[in-house]
Amino acid sequence: MGRVTENEVRLEERGELLAKLKEAQSKFGYVPREVMSELAEFYHLPLSDVYGVATFYSFLSIRPQGKYVIKVCKSIPCFLREYQVILEAIEREIGIKANETTVDGRFSIQLTNCIGACDKAPSIMINDDFHTDVTPEKIPQILQEYQ
Amino acid sequence: MPEKRIVLRNCGIINPHQITTYIERDGFKAIKKAQGAMSPQQVVSEIKASGLRGRGGAGFPCGLKWELASQTESAEKYVICNADEGEIGTFKDRYILENDPFTLIEGIGIAGYAIGARKGYVYLRGEYHYLLNSLENAIRQAKESGYLPHIDIEVCEGAGAYVCGEESALMDSIEGKRGEVRYRPPFPPTRGLWGKPTVINNVETLMNVPQIILNGAQWFSQIGTERSKGTKVFSVSGDVKKPGVYELVMGTLLRELVEQLAQAQDVKMVQVGGATGKILPYEMINTPLAFETVLGAGAVIVFNTKRDIVDIVYRTMEFLAEESCGKCSPCREGTVAMAAILERFSRGQAREGDIQLLEEVSSPLALASICGLGQAAPTPILDTLQYFRGDYEKRIKKSRVDKS
Repeated sequence: MGRVTENEVRLEERGELLAKLKEAQSKFGYVPREVMSELAEFYHLPLSDVYGVATFYSFLSIRPQGKYVIKVCKSIPCFLREYQVILEAIEREIGIKANETTVDGRFSIQLTNCIGACDKAPSIMINDDFHTDVTPEKIPQILQEYQ
Repeated sequence: MPEKRIVLRNCGIINPHQITTYIERDGFKAIKKAQGAMSPQQVVSEIKASGLRGRGGAGFPCGLKWELASQTESAEKYVICNADEGEIGTFKDRYILENDPFTLIEGIGIAGYAIGARKGYVYLRGEYHYLLNSLENAIRQAKESGYLPHIDIEVCEGAGAYVCGEESALMDSIEGKRGEVRYRPPFPPTRGLWGKPTVINNVETLMNVPQIILNGAQWFSQIGTERSKGTKVFSVSGDVKKPGVYELVMGTLLRELVEQLAQAQDVKMVQVGGATGKILPYEMINTPLAFETVLGAGAVIVFNTKRDIVDIVYRTMEFLAEESCGKCSPCREGTVAMAAILERFSRGQAREGDIQLLEEVSSPLALASICGLGQAAPTPILDTLQYFRGDYEKRIKKSRVDKS
């Protein structure tokens, strides 16, 4: 017994859309077009509407990303604690630049805005994990955890 | 000693995963008192009388918000706790959620009782996903212990968007849409989440509620200043020896926080409030911290004398241009335009008239943007032009010299 008409989709159900997009991101490493089309059909929305949500949030990507997304914070408190030095160390360690993905699909690097760990700057995230008080020396060991 | 822990009274003392440790410290006594001995109207009156103002940056009177929502007739109403905490340099809510989710849950429960809401949401920024289990566990323990018979609380996670800390964009996000800001009126207590009366309060605001109910409005209103009652939890970062979270009585001098507690030296300027907070040169270090002067959400970023002001303002504007939701033209176009001009300054390529251009573009943003992001975007530029104009002018002269 499924929903047939647009009228039957309750407003609150559309609220699930962001969570569903995040699920796809987690499962596939990005939000494939097919998933967006399926969700559009399921929630009786234009594809452009779903695309609009998928491209609004920085946690979602419509292009494939690495298994582990390294987010280096570039906001002012981390800038004051030299995030660029950390970024360069990471780029050197895995051989790619920001906004790129390693050939083996293991890592992507993204620059992100304030992640709320300013008291322990410079800070980065790798998927859901925080790494704080980062130094270039700690980078190889940190990245080793993510195989 | 300017530190006073009301909001943070349990942090580092209770076990955030074990409700019994919270109950031992008067946990849930406030909600029992509210539901047992006070009517919803009396709870609203008590919060109004306390003078509690929002702690997320805007400082709107909490009691007034609750009153409006309680007076709007509707079978469905909502309480939303804004735990999006995206403001630059702010991490106080992270600290609170890590250490004392129970006080927050009790505060949400009391709000629900006051306005007649049976559903509550905690909108948790996606970056704080590591706190999800702890938060849901605390909610479950509170529910199972019978302290929340009247309300169901659910955690809804964000996905990395600064503007979703703005209350109306936050609601659009919960509704599964792009986090776009809404035109007001109507205001959320009248028509909010899914068109229903909704109260949205910051984490720290709700953390104050149980103590106010237990100790009374008069107790609370005797702390602080004329128009800023109670304490404020500050997040200090930047060029300081001791970054971290500090809870101070409203009206404490900035000097006490920055120099005494955080041990900063050689201070050039301090930004209070966040990315678009007021910028104070060191000469103004004796400014009291309160809504009447400078406060915002209480992010305090300290810059020493070696810092390049123009570059910092450029990076801030770049951030705002990235995070603008894009709905209104003044902000969407204005932040990009100002970032482009500031980029010229940071590269030493600023032209004659660029300062005037910045001041001109600031005007429509401040006056006509739908929300605080756009309205306050010009603040760092205008403040630094006021106190450090020479730093900008140096960048114009430099490029003239280079060209010749």
